[in-house]
Parts: sequence; structure tokens; C-alpha cells
Amino acid sequence: MAASLRVDELHVTFPLYHGDTRTLRKTLASAASSRFEQDQQKRVVVQALRGISFSLKAGDRLGLVGNNGAGKTTLLRALAGIYEPVRGRVTAHGEINALLDTNLGMNLDLTGRENIGLRGLHAGLTRSRIREIEQDVEAFADLGSFLDMPVRTYSSGMVLRLGFAMATSIRPRILLMDEWFLAGDASFMSKARDRLEELVRQAEILVISTHKPEIVAAWCTHVLWLENGSIRLQGPPDEVLPAYLGHDVQADAAMVLSGD
Amino acid sequence: MTGSSVAGMPPDTDEPVLDLRPESAPARVRHALRDFTETLAQWRLCWTLGWLDVKLRYRGSVLGPFWLTASTAVMIAAMGVIYTTLFKINLADYLPFLTLSLVLWGFVGSMVNEGTVCLTQADFMIRAMRMPFGVHAARVLVRNLLVLLHNVLVVVVVFALFHVWPGSRALWALPGAALWIFDSLAAAMMLGMLGARFRDIPPVVASTMQIFFFVSPIIWKPELIEKGHAWLQINPFYSLIEIVRRPLLGEMVPNHLWLPALAWSGLLWVAFLLLFFRVRSRLAYWV
Repeated sequence: MAASLRVDELHVTFPLYHGDTRTLRKTLASAASSRFEQDQQKRVVVQALRGISFSLKAGDRLGLVGNNGAGKTTLLRALAGIYEPVRGRVTAHGEINALLDTNLGMNLDLTGRENIGLRGLHAGLTRSRIREIEQDVEAFADLGSFLDMPVRTYSSGMVLRLGFAMATSIRPRILLMDEWFLAGDASFMSKARDRLEELVRQAEILVISTHKPEIVAAWCTHVLWLENGSIRLQGPPDEVLPAYLGHDVQADAAMVLSGD
Repeated sequence: MTGSSVAGMPPDTDEPVLDLRPESAPARVRHALRDFTETLAQWRLCWTLGWLDVKLRYRGSVLGPFWLTASTAVMIAAMGVIYTTLFKINLADYLPFLTLSLVLWGFVGSMVNEGTVCLTQADFMIRAMRMPFGVHAARVLVRNLLVLLHNVLVVVVVFALFHVWPGSRALWALPGAALWIFDSLAAAMMLGMLGARFRDIPPVVASTMQIFFFVSPIIWKPELIEKGHAWLQINPFYSLIEIVRRPLLGEMVPNHLWLPALAWSGLLWVAFLLLFFRVRSRLAYWV
């Protein structure tokens, strides 16, 4: 069966238990249009996602665009099954790998090698497969003897390389990616691009959240524009992107991808 | 590299890998039970996490995890000196009991205290990938079992010094130990959930455990209570400690201790299951 990902009327709200509820209630009263609201039990909640629906089949590449705080990362987490829906439904066929933040749930006190082992165990890989991944990561991330040092001692570039190599050596059918993957310096990016493009090609479904319109224009077949947790617009890139940016980016994108 | 399929998840199946929506009552139970089976399937991850925790705590130190053994040994030796010189207590009778009690209580106490933060401390993992929540409780269990094993060395040495040999009766501690493992998982998970929701739980539990340390027969023998012995039973730790400690000291465990131990364990499990059915799907939002 081909991979598929379906989201129906997805609502995600965060309860605010640990904030000052009285101040929050004031905020609530003053800003009627805000995303704060009270649920039936009089708890203050933030509406992170409201009524998101879309459906992806094998071969689809969805780009999520929107301002900071629009709900892109929360949506990726909901797709990965980390946040379960408050209302609505998420159905996925095919195994999922979510590359959400640079640390990827790494324990900074452990060595790079130990973190690779943990990640492999979590994915249910066999010992020999984990060893393969270890070698693959070692070759790509180029950390030398740092692989046996605690991740805490790494430079941020090294953490990024390790996280990237680790995440991209486990190949899922549904790939969920946050934009940090595209945040390396120029030399890293040129090295990473082939690997990333191969991974994206192999994945049957890609959902990527990004601020870079050229990535969306180059990689995605659909775009979903999130605003304050709701869908502002969705459709093919040449319809949504111009609206999102207020101008056509195809030209810029072509330039960026052919150049550097 | 061709590994597009992940072991344990067959790539071609009609069953969705994820099908998430607000849960009906039967689904709550089903998903909670699936959390347990997935935790069992991830036993290698639980083991590695627990082992790395212990290793990490003593990374770079000379003795490594044997600092656990060393510090327990120092404490026991100091107490031995104090009790003989100040209280004139017969050490041969008391010190083996005290050593065993303190080591066992060390396990119980840290299991409960670390249980309260087992989910909040794993927040970065919980938010990075979907995994069964039982893994976090199992990790605390593995970590504390390893600590216990290091401390058992001290017990063995003290028993040898004072010629205490429980004989084959010690094997009767095994059913008690099995019960401890089940209870530890339930307790860590339940306190972990409460600790994620209410941030006051860890300090409250820590002070409560301090009280339990003194009101439970840990540093004193239960025989010291002459009147109202039955009242000891309302302390769940009393019967639970005795079912493991007595066999290890070469005594039999009477039924009047096993019954409350089983009753308290049953109560703990019912409370844990009810809570877990109810809040499992919300845990990621709380940490």
C-alpha cells in the first residue's frame, strides 16, 4: 500500500497550566481576536491549530509557510503523532521520521556515538544496522575524534552536522522536516544538498516547514500557508507563493538553485 | 543505503501507522495497553537509557559507578561506629539488618523521587519523537536497579563480616522482588504523570518520603512496636519492604504481610491505570 497522510479538521490547543492564570484571563478579556480562549473546564488554552485539513498521497511534497508562531512546527509534531488531536483526526500509512529540531532529542551529555545508538534503538534497528549508520554518520559529519566526546563540547556547526547526518541516515517513507535543516553555512549546504535531495526523492511524502520560498518553489508540489493556526491558503506553489510573498519568486528560486 | 523500511514496522500493510483522534473510552484503554506492548518491544532502548544514565553520572571519575558502592560503604561504617560507641548496640545483630534496610530503602526512595520527574526530564525526547511513555518509567527502573546492584556489594560484605547467611530461604525474596518491579513501574509512571501536570509534586513527594523513612521500620526493627502492631499496616512501605527483607535475613514471610503487600500493589496499579487511561494522550502537552 502506498504511503498516505490525511488530516481532517485538526484542532490542537495547549493548556496553560503553569502561567499566571489571572494575568492570562485579563489577556483573554482584552483581546477578543487572540488565540487564547477558555475551554469547557474554564482552563486558559492557546489554540495552536484550528481546523486544518489536507490529504497527501505518495509523491506529494507539501511546503508549510507562515510567520513565526503560525503553527508550522506544532503541525509537524501533530503529524508525527507527538501531539494527539484535541479535535479532528490524523491518519498516516507508512513509517514516519520527523526531523524537528537540531538536537533531535539528543542528550547533550552523551557522546555523538551514544546518541546515534539511541536514535537507532528508537527506530527499532538491529545492532548491525546501527553500526552501519554509525559509519555513515562518521563519514558524512566529519567529526573525527569528536564522535566520542560529549555533544555538549561540539560547536553548533558540529551539532548541526551530526544531527543532519543522523537524521538523514534513517530513511522513512513519510519525511517531516523543519527548516533548521537548511540553516548550515555555504560549504555545509553544498555537501548536504545531494544527501538531502536523495532523501527527499526516496521519501514518498515530504512535509517541510520553511521560511525560504525558493526551497518551496524548487521542492514542493503543494503549499499550505498557515496564519494564526488556521489555513490562509493552500494550493500549488505558483498560486500560493505569490500571494504569500506579494510577488513571484520563481525567478529568484531558479537563480538560487542554479547558482552557488 | 537502502534501508527504507524500519524493523518492527512492516512497510506494506493496510493498517495505518498512525490513526489519531480524540479517544473514545475503549480506545483509551486500547492505546494505553499498546503503550505497554511498545515499551516491551523497546526494552533495548530502556536498558541503554538507564545504563547510560548511571554511566553518565560518574563519567570521568576514577571509581565510576563504584562510587555508589563506596559512599554506601562509608555511610554504613560510620553508622556502625556511632551505634556501637554511643548507643552500645550489639552490632552483630543490628548492622546486617540496617545495611540491608538502607540499601533497599535507597532503591525505593529514589525510585519514587526520580519517578516524579521521569516525564518532565525526558521532555526533549517526548517532543522530538513519538515513543511509548512507558519507556521513561522503565528507564528510571533500569537506572535504579543498576544502582541497587552496586550497593548490594556492601550488603554482601557486611553479611560476610557478621556471618549472616540467609541460606536457601533468600530465594523467597524473588516473588517479592518481582512485585517490586511491577510496583516501581506503576509508581514511577503515575508520579511522572502527576509531576508533569502539577509541578509541586516532586518536592511534596520528596518530603513525604522523608517522613516515611522514619515512620517505616527501616532504621528500627518492627518488633520494637509492641502495642498497635496492626497500625503499621496502613503504611504501604511496611509490608512491601518486609516481603523482600525478611527472606534475605533468613526469615519466612507470614501471610499477614503478603496480603497487605498485594492489596497495596493492586490499589497502586488500579490508580495508575485509571490515570493513564485518562491522560496518556495529553502527556506530550504537559511536559
